[in-house]
Amino acid sequence: MIRVSLRFWKVWRRDFDAFMKYIYVNLMGNLGDPVLYLLAMGLGLGKFLGDMQGVSYVQFLAPGVIVSAGMFAATYECTYASFLKMFHLKTYDAIIVTPVNLEDAVGGDIIWGASKAFFSGCLMFAVVAAFGLVHSWWSLLVPLLIVIVGFHFASLAMLVTSLSRSFDFFSYFFELIITPLFFFSGVFFPLDSFPWWLRALAYCSPLTHAVTLCRALILGHIPPHPYISIAILIIPAVALFYGSIYLMRRRMIK
Amino acid sequence: MTSAVFAKNLVKQYKDTLAVAGIDFDVHAGECFGIIGPNGAGKTTTMKMIYCATPRTGGELSVLGRDPNIHPELVKNDLGVVPQDNNLDTDFDVLGNLTTYARYFGIPHERAITCARELLDFVQLTEKQHSTIEDLSSGMRRRLLVARGLINDPRLFILDEPTVGLDPQARHLIWDKLRMLKKANVTLLLTTHYMEEATELCDRVAVMDRGKILVMGPPRELVRRFIGEEVLELVLPGGEQEKVTQGLAYFRATVERTDQKLYLYCEDCRPLLTHLTDRGYRHILRRPATLEDVFLKLTGRDLID
Repeated sequence: MIRVSLRFWKVWRRDFDAFMKYIYVNLMGNLGDPVLYLLAMGLGLGKFLGDMQGVSYVQFLAPGVIVSAGMFAATYECTYASFLKMFHLKTYDAIIVTPVNLEDAVGGDIIWGASKAFFSGCLMFAVVAAFGLVHSWWSLLVPLLIVIVGFHFASLAMLVTSLSRSFDFFSYFFELIITPLFFFSGVFFPLDSFPWWLRALAYCSPLTHAVTLCRALILGHIPPHPYISIAILIIPAVALFYGSIYLMRRRMIK
Repeated sequence: MTSAVFAKNLVKQYKDTLAVAGIDFDVHAGECFGIIGPNGAGKTTTMKMIYCATPRTGGELSVLGRDPNIHPELVKNDLGVVPQDNNLDTDFDVLGNLTTYARYFGIPHERAITCARELLDFVQLTEKQHSTIEDLSSGMRRRLLVARGLINDPRLFILDEPTVGLDPQARHLIWDKLRMLKKANVTLLLTTHYMEEATELCDRVAVMDRGKILVMGPPRELVRRFIGEEVLELVLPGGEQEKVTQGLAYFRATVERTDQKLYLYCEDCRPLLTHLTDRGYRHILRRPATLEDVFLKLTGRDLID
């Protein structure tokens, strides 16, 4: 049985304190890529594309860039950063001889990954708002959506980390899972243009649902299947959360 | 007398190795107990079971009156652990390492700062409190690990090879600190490769080899029981050793050989020494018997990988 106690906050706090020491560098690092996408593709490429689904291209692109920023932040945090702490710096070994158990430590790191997604996503959201691309009060729910997306991808990333033997493993994860998700989840173009099978595949991507929800919130539309989208983001995330803790415990406690 | 640690038929089986093969021992409250043994003897595994980093496979184990398998958080709350590897948190400076660690024990921030300052003073690192971990020497890092292990004012302080890789000054400083802790009635449990360290610090030691405890007792007593008072060392190639060992029955000496050396253990080596010098042997070292002799006698002089 997996028990995560409230002591996970102590590990979260450790990660938060470490983050705050270099907050500007950290935030710049998170902001760089998504802002580039917004400028280069949204404003540059967008000029040649005209409207997409009834809005300007940069307007179409912005919501996807917000949630992808969250996805990338959580994924980096719970792959490279967590792996480093666990197996190279042995930070975990030091933590688990205190009243904080391994389950709490892994759980705390995942919640931290979701928090980092929150910071990056909200910052990106602010940038999008500054571009004048936010049109509805519903968009106040965007930060909550980012936390859910962050939790989902942080849990997935931790599961990958629990199986990973080296850093090389993560480049496969990024190349085979994360980057395809980024390109085939309706961030850059509507999924209608896909053949049916690719559309079906894209529908399974959690990021597709995050993008759909975010776009609806920002424009004040009603998304096609809101409850299904929310369920697809939350239910697997809970399973991944506990699954990753279970696998990590099996790996680290012999 | 109460036991800080009580183990009965304690077993640890990893997938295909039996690391601890049923050991019995107890650590009395307030004493310094040492576990010595060659690499792979099961010392670290035994420690890990005590500080709840690995569950035992069988037998009984009680740490500070509780079962580590059932109440790990409660057991760990009263333990201090100094690991073999440096696992200080490189994201924080020296003081930050202590306050972050204090938080894991639920120590309020104000008190954590006070405790951390006192402990830095205790291990003589006050001037380094704002240094990064990379800037510390290995001796300083070990001292910081000691301070970190004491942040929760533990009742049982566990140290795995506390002075390995340190220069003599750094080692003596750690020993001084450990003696001070013992005076303050903290129970100490340590593993070590250094027999000198075990003799200096420990009230009792257990000699472990291949997952078993071979002998247990106060270091002096073990030396007397297994070796005697004195040792004569002769540098002699194997072929010539036979000549010396013949006719030693009279001196009641025990003989131990290696390829290049002959060790003779006896209560009083003077008559034997005279006997040997009369027969023309030179370069004989006469010295008091040490725990190292016990150790080598029990675990063998062959190299263990």
